[in-house]
Amino acid sequence: LAPWIPVVGLEIHAQISSKSKLFSGSQVQFAAPPNSLVSFFDASLPGTLPVLNRRCVEAAVMTGLALNCSINKKSLFDRKHYFYADLPAGYQITQQRVPIAVNGSLSYSLCIDNKMSQMVTKTVRIKQIQLEQDSGKSLHDDTRSQTLVDLNRAGVGLMEVVMEPDMCCGEEAAAAVRELQLILQTLGSSQAVMAEGQLRVDANVSVHHPGEPYGVRTEVKNINSLRFLAKAIDYEIQRQIEELENGGTILNETRAFDSKLGCTVPMRDKEGKQDYRFMPEPNLPPLILYDAKSLPANMNHQQVINIDWIHERLPDLPSVKREKLVEQYGILPEHSFTLLNEDGLAEFFESVVKQTQMKPKKVIGWILNDLLSYLKEHSLTVKESPVSSFLLADLLNLLEKKEISSTAAKQVLAKLWKGEGKTPLEIVKEQKLELLQDQEELEQICQAVIDGQENE
Amino acid sequence: QKVSVEELDHLEHLALVDFRDLEGVERLQKAIQFADQLHEVNTDGVEPMDSVLEDRCLYLREDDVTEGNCTKDLLQNAREKVEEYFVAPPGNIPLPKLEEGDTFLQGS
Repeated sequence: LAPWIPVVGLEIHAQISSKSKLFSGSQVQFAAPPNSLVSFFDASLPGTLPVLNRRCVEAAVMTGLALNCSINKKSLFDRKHYFYADLPAGYQITQQRVPIAVNGSLSYSLCIDNKMSQMVTKTVRIKQIQLEQDSGKSLHDDTRSQTLVDLNRAGVGLMEVVMEPDMCCGEEAAAAVRELQLILQTLGSSQAVMAEGQLRVDANVSVHHPGEPYGVRTEVKNINSLRFLAKAIDYEIQRQIEELENGGTILNETRAFDSKLGCTVPMRDKEGKQDYRFMPEPNLPPLILYDAKSLPANMNHQQVINIDWIHERLPDLPSVKREKLVEQYGILPEHSFTLLNEDGLAEFFESVVKQTQMKPKKVIGWILNDLLSYLKEHSLTVKESPVSSFLLADLLNLLEKKEISSTAAKQVLAKLWKGEGKTPLEIVKEQKLELLQDQEELEQICQAVIDGQENE
Repeated sequence: QKVSVEELDHLEHLALVDFRDLEGVERLQKAIQFADQLHEVNTDGVEPMDSVLEDRCLYLREDDVTEGNCTKDLLQNAREKVEEYFVAPPGNIPLPKLEEGDTFLQGS
């Protein structure tokens, strides 16, 4: 049987972290009373017009720059028409013709064979980033055959990041999205929390034989975690392969991932091809961005967005942070990945290093093996750790000064987890874990043991 | 209030899309031919214009919360509501598929 090449592309919608919405002044907030964060424009009442939020443009420019994109100094807004109860205008304002950023790339890393020590770097091309409106939320009430609509989310700014089909499996897709998530969180352009719907991923999946053209692709939606993303993609790849090997065909359809059953199913409302009737948004002139060279002399600062100014102020991206950690502390690359993968862990590590004489290369073991595994066991975040960096540094100092053995240190750490407010030194004294340094005392103990043996 | 067949025929006449009538089809074809004259203009290298406002400045608003919090006002015109949610029919109801030759008109 000829081998199959799976092809995976992603469309990622990231909610922009801003106080107000993309085209109106209503608030952006998760979990508020229904329809309380809705302006007349968001409800699409006649006579209202869109007014672009400066912060949303800046967020998109930052993200484009971080993903190595070309920023389009002139981009356009369009209307994408379709009917759904949570889209009151009957169209979404998006950027279909000329988006704000194009042609970027994202590098991400994978462990080969689940071994952290063997990491490989891959790249996925970013086709474009566009600004667009989010829709409201529909709650389906099947028992009463109705849909309840909450427009709080309608009009919230989104950045759609389109990744080219350069990935081949669920693992690659999940790794790419994870790296994007870290980048967005570092930039602050999106909080990118998947569980709160701030980061939504749709996967485009197809399979083909080597040398042949790409197969028909399906779109998989309704994925709300990285784990499910990998599962859904891998399931869909298998489903398509089995279907084709059994002589069937793949329909160009939209499927939803059912997390309970672990499979993809056709989506009820997305049958048949949609005709979105794209047209230019007549109420918004082109969005013009400037750089240091093209900066107009006598324009109001507030009305000008300078790409170079934003570029100069970009924070260190995760990949740069990792390199710096490796260089500064002599830890392994895979350690730097784990440090950045856990919110607050890198800061915790650096804080401990500052407060202890123990070499960073040794400290990292305590952070990744002991601290992290305890946090995972008890489902705690670094912020919720009962052991502060101060306490851990204190403990490691005792170990470094050879006042206790490392076995004893682990015992003390276990006691510290209980959060009883005792210092490491207090616990050591309580449990009599001090290392004996007195030569004579040691000789006496050894002699007593030997004598004891002789008497048996 | 139903739309009568006479009114419908009238509308079809106005819209010139009565394909049951040969004269209507011819009239439509002539209208399309007339519009096709637009293709005779050479637009090579000319950027399409979407709006005469294309040179206007796109105003950028500061990211401040200035509106919202008007649930009552928004819901006052809703025919149906449930605990401050708008009520809509379940999902999208697709139009029934027509057999060939059928129209939606009654009595035709």
